[in-house]
Amino acid sequence: MAEISAAGSTGTQSMRDSYMAMTRRKRAYGGIILAVFILLMITGFQTVEERSAGGFWEGLPRIFDFPAGVVSEAWDKIDQMPANLVTYFPALIETINIAAVSTLVGAILGLILSLLSTRGLAKWPRLIPLFRRMMDIMRALPEIVIALVLIFILGGGPIPAMIAIAFHTAGALGKLFSEVAENADLKPVEGLASVGANWSQRMLLGVIPQVAPNYLSYTLMRFEINIRASAILGFVGAGGIGYELRNAMTFGMGRFDLAAAIFVLLFLTIVFFDQISSHYRNRLVKGYQA
Amino acid sequence: MTMLSTNGDLRQQTADLFTRKKRVALAVPAVIFAYFVYVFIAFDVAGLADRARMDNARTLVADAYSYKTHVARDNRDAELSFAIEGSRQGNYPEGETPDWVQVDGSNMVVDLGGGHVVRYLADTLVTYESPDFETITLQLVDDVVVTNLPDPAPAWVNASDTRVAITADAGRLTYTRSKAEVFRYSKGWELFFFTLASPYYGAGLGDILFGDQIDPARGNIAGAWADFWDNSLWRHTDVFWALGETVLMAFLGTFGAAIIALPLAFLAAKNFAPVVALRFAVRRVFDFVRGVDGLIWTIVLSRAFGPGPLTGALAILVTDVGGFGKSFSEALENVDEKQIEGVQSTGAKPVQRYRFGVIPQVTPILLSQILYYFESNTRSATIIGAITGGGIGLFLTQAMQTQNDWEKVTYYIILIVIMVMVMDTISGWLRRKLIKGDEGGH
Repeated sequence: MAEISAAGSTGTQSMRDSYMAMTRRKRAYGGIILAVFILLMITGFQTVEERSAGGFWEGLPRIFDFPAGVVSEAWDKIDQMPANLVTYFPALIETINIAAVSTLVGAILGLILSLLSTRGLAKWPRLIPLFRRMMDIMRALPEIVIALVLIFILGGGPIPAMIAIAFHTAGALGKLFSEVAENADLKPVEGLASVGANWSQRMLLGVIPQVAPNYLSYTLMRFEINIRASAILGFVGAGGIGYELRNAMTFGMGRFDLAAAIFVLLFLTIVFFDQISSHYRNRLVKGYQA
Repeated sequence: MTMLSTNGDLRQQTADLFTRKKRVALAVPAVIFAYFVYVFIAFDVAGLADRARMDNARTLVADAYSYKTHVARDNRDAELSFAIEGSRQGNYPEGETPDWVQVDGSNMVVDLGGGHVVRYLADTLVTYESPDFETITLQLVDDVVVTNLPDPAPAWVNASDTRVAITADAGRLTYTRSKAEVFRYSKGWELFFFTLASPYYGAGLGDILFGDQIDPARGNIAGAWADFWDNSLWRHTDVFWALGETVLMAFLGTFGAAIIALPLAFLAAKNFAPVVALRFAVRRVFDFVRGVDGLIWTIVLSRAFGPGPLTGALAILVTDVGGFGKSFSEALENVDEKQIEGVQSTGAKPVQRYRFGVIPQVTPILLSQILYYFESNTRSATIIGAITGGGIGLFLTQAMQTQNDWEKVTYYIILIVIMVMVMDTISGWLRRKLIKGDEGGH
């Protein structure tokens, strides 16, 4: 008995030792990673500050100067605010249109690309890697690159922004879509194939109904992102409210009352569409599970 | 009987459902189509053909894979100049010329290929020989460009009293009062590796690696390496710094935002919030920060911090605090209470409960979200850099503004795509590892 208990206690002892050693090692690794991370953050921050015109600590107190200027100028001309909001409303509509069209076009393209690049569904299985690489490149190209090149060729306006965002959206949604399609049940597809349905019929009737809620939910999320993107692209010359914002900022010293009106419109639009989209996304996902 | 009637009802219901589905199936494409028609009119797509500058597109494409050499003679002092892309860094050294030019004093013969030859003769006289057209002569007489061109001139000639431009496939001759200049297009990015000032210009990879020492002062590989990075035309060092700066902006913004958002997310999560009013307030702050959007933050912050990558990093940071705060607090609301209770039952204090009961549960989710944001912020940093003037975005917009550095634009685009893909791959690999590690732990 005594022998066994002694053996047991040394067993526990060695177990505890090895556990403590492992914990120490884990802590040491964690500590090293943390230290490297903190070092990276600090040196990175210093590098960035060195390469900038202004410093962080000099800028920090001034951070509210510009918002305060905008608010006070807007407040002085508060009677013109409704008129300004009305003036910029068409530009806002243009920005929303850019986002909506590019989301639609991107989603349709992404849908086709995703079905062509999903194992088990692809029309030409040998070309799957090709379509995947295509989507990777479409996703990797930031919208601004395509937009700037197209502005040079097509001139300013909403079309370059629309094409640029649609291109990127097709790549981004295509990847998400194909991840969903990979989990789709293949039985309906086989059933349709057995009655002689061609590829597009199999996809339309066998796959799309299964994946539609998820696809719609991703598309709505992308629409939110694209509204922001189309506002930013406007700022580099592609029409819509972003373009008006840049003009308002560069009139002489800047017409801050106009900028304030645009800020208000943009903020309300983004919040509005965020709310709508998250409401419907919740409903889609929950309805799907029920 | 009841069975039958329900069956009838069911049949009716099914039929109704199918009619409704049929209508929806037809209506959705119809609505989308109608919307496209509206946008087609609103965006004036039909007028696009008039607005589009196809000549710009041609220059862009041609310039993307070729370079032009400028050969010029000054009409006043008859000085000859040879420069690649017409830039100072591309000047040929004294006494050297491209091999398709033959110089004789202040006269020269420029062979554009395909039978197009430009002869620079005495006293500002220039002749242009081409296979399908008579020889064109151009000369400056009393400060007016005099030619033997018929009236009207052919479509590939653009002529006035002060300026004549002849455009051919292989190049272009422009004759103005100040000078007669020939552009000759050749394939490739000529000075990509070395400028003409470098002794390694024109040397092949084999010559540099295995050949004789080219520059007596330096070893071949070290010298070539230094000259490549110091290339004053393509500015490789600056470009790679800019790429690093873009990634750095994304890194600082994303991880800085995560560090700030994590404690705030505890205040905003239903199951951890100490005070309901505080939770509500923190949530509204997240919503506000997210709603204001990166563009407005960029503009606001650039007024305080000036142009440069600092503004970009802070703009990403501020915007993402909102996004992270929202998703972190959602992740915290979904934690399993049992583990926290388990830790509590051993007598752990609140901080220890968070450390050992909550953090291990949410770490994989949070890290995977952070990495996902990091990935997409690499792209955002390019755009924000173009607005605030930092990183590769600035280089891109600068190269575009000159409207003739399209080979550089192409180069930057390729680099951006590679940068984004590399970041995607790294973050995807890390995320897969994290999720796998999480599964292994259970």
